[in-house]
Amino acid sequence: MAGDLRKVAYYPGCALEGSGGPYDRSTKAVVKALGLEMTELDDWNCCGAMEVKNIDPQVQTYLSARNLAIAGDMGFKTVMAPCNGCYHNLKKAEHDLAHNPEAAGVNRRISAKAGHRAYEPGGVETIHALDWIKKAVGEEELARRAKGRLAGLKVANYYGCMYTRPRHIFPEKDKGPGSESTLKPHFMDDILAAAGATNVDFPLKTACCGGAHSLSDSDMSTKLVLNILTTAEACGAEVIATECPTCHTGLEMHQVRAEKVLGRRTSVRILYFTQLLGMALGLSARSVGVQENLSDPGDLLAEKGLG
Amino acid sequence: MPIHEKSLIRPENLVTNDSLVIDGVDVSGHWSTFIRARTITDYNEAMEEEIAALPGGENIHRCWQCGSCTNACTVNAVNPEFNPRYWIYLIRQGLEEELLRDKDIIWQCVSCNKCTYACPRDVVPEGVMKATAHWLELKGHTPKSPSTHFDESFHDSIVRTGKIEEGRILLEFLKKTGQPLRQPWLEALVRGLVKRFPVFYLMRMGWNTVMRPRTRGWRRAGAAIEDYVQERKAGQARALGLDQEA
Repeated sequence: MAGDLRKVAYYPGCALEGSGGPYDRSTKAVVKALGLEMTELDDWNCCGAMEVKNIDPQVQTYLSARNLAIAGDMGFKTVMAPCNGCYHNLKKAEHDLAHNPEAAGVNRRISAKAGHRAYEPGGVETIHALDWIKKAVGEEELARRAKGRLAGLKVANYYGCMYTRPRHIFPEKDKGPGSESTLKPHFMDDILAAAGATNVDFPLKTACCGGAHSLSDSDMSTKLVLNILTTAEACGAEVIATECPTCHTGLEMHQVRAEKVLGRRTSVRILYFTQLLGMALGLSARSVGVQENLSDPGDLLAEKGLG
Repeated sequence: MPIHEKSLIRPENLVTNDSLVIDGVDVSGHWSTFIRARTITDYNEAMEEEIAALPGGENIHRCWQCGSCTNACTVNAVNPEFNPRYWIYLIRQGLEEELLRDKDIIWQCVSCNKCTYACPRDVVPEGVMKATAHWLELKGHTPKSPSTHFDESFHDSIVRTGKIEEGRILLEFLKKTGQPLRQPWLEALVRGLVKRFPVFYLMRMGWNTVMRPRTRGWRRAGAAIEDYVQERKAGQARALGLDQEA
């Protein structure tokens, strides 16, 4: 991994300014508590999420290339994105610009018209908040600071689709011990285990929540989410830890919808991994934005002596 | 005992005779079920190339029908009629009429990329599904899907401001697709939120009305993107033999 990992550029993305507000708040709180440093990208733009690629994939590549160019201009070698969608799109742009001449050509053309330098691949590395915390801090340090505050909490770690698929845009994954696995990711498990949590054996770590069609095909999303929630409960989890604002909001929304529309009630709680980690570091539930979540985990947190 | 293979044939193509003798052989009844013979003459030979000309469809020619995509598919697990392997087969054979039987569900691909992960031939079936759904709309076989409405609102917001306004897009989407804002589950969500932290939400709602998210210095980038997209759309319309005005 390139550059000084204690100082990275921060790309929050649109969701973290809106419905993913608690993810933004908790990420910032954890970063501060761990003594890491991040600087928000100047004048960043939306990565195109899951939607712009359906209009035109080359435009989606340009959107991420512009953000990578800004990171480079600000002197950063590493840009950190906590949102799986942003992370995926930045990684995909990096790959496409290096391997697809058409994508590189369109990027140069739109960049010229837009009046800024065209990003050349290889200058900036994108990492996820998970990679960053695991590599810049490490489990030993986390365990020392967390003092087992999450002990007794049973967690299902849910990574979603965009963190591991498709494999070819993540050249650093699947490289053996120490690297992340695209089939059975474990970085979140590692971090929360270090904080004292008990990770349950959860088979749907990379299942899809239907986030792309959360609103446009709600019935499908509700079925997919309900499957994730009931499986987590069957595995003994009290909490599902998330690392993506779309997954997180989708799980919360469709947990309510499953109850209202299908009459299927589930009680597993949903928290961002940064919220769990923040509380493990001794921060209050309020300072990691738990009250901004759509669902209310208050009773469970009280029972576990957290927050 | 049921004949399992029967489930692969559509009921209207199965024929069972109560009393039929052919060349002195009695072929009456359940055990002598026939499949109606059919001759296909209306191949759409342009279909594969047209879909390959749309974003995402470029690699459809690489498919060798192993079925890894359908086997890995998230939506197939919920609805067995959702079958990317089969649709790619139909498209490559030019069997348009067969494809049109499933026209109303193809857009439901959730882009989880499990197919693309599993595909040994780099077909990018996820992209092919999007291209196919697009093709169906452009050719007038289906109206714009809710997903397309969503994509367009999203794209327009980025071209205009460089960012996404979630609330605005949600409202625009519900309006475009004719859905009421007052849905029991949405109301339950909002009630739960407001009960827990009313002042914060009121403040944020007020803040969001005044401070719309926007990327500074975005105007030229937005215009450059729009130019490019219009040019691409014109090229796609030509590839599909559509009237430019349509």
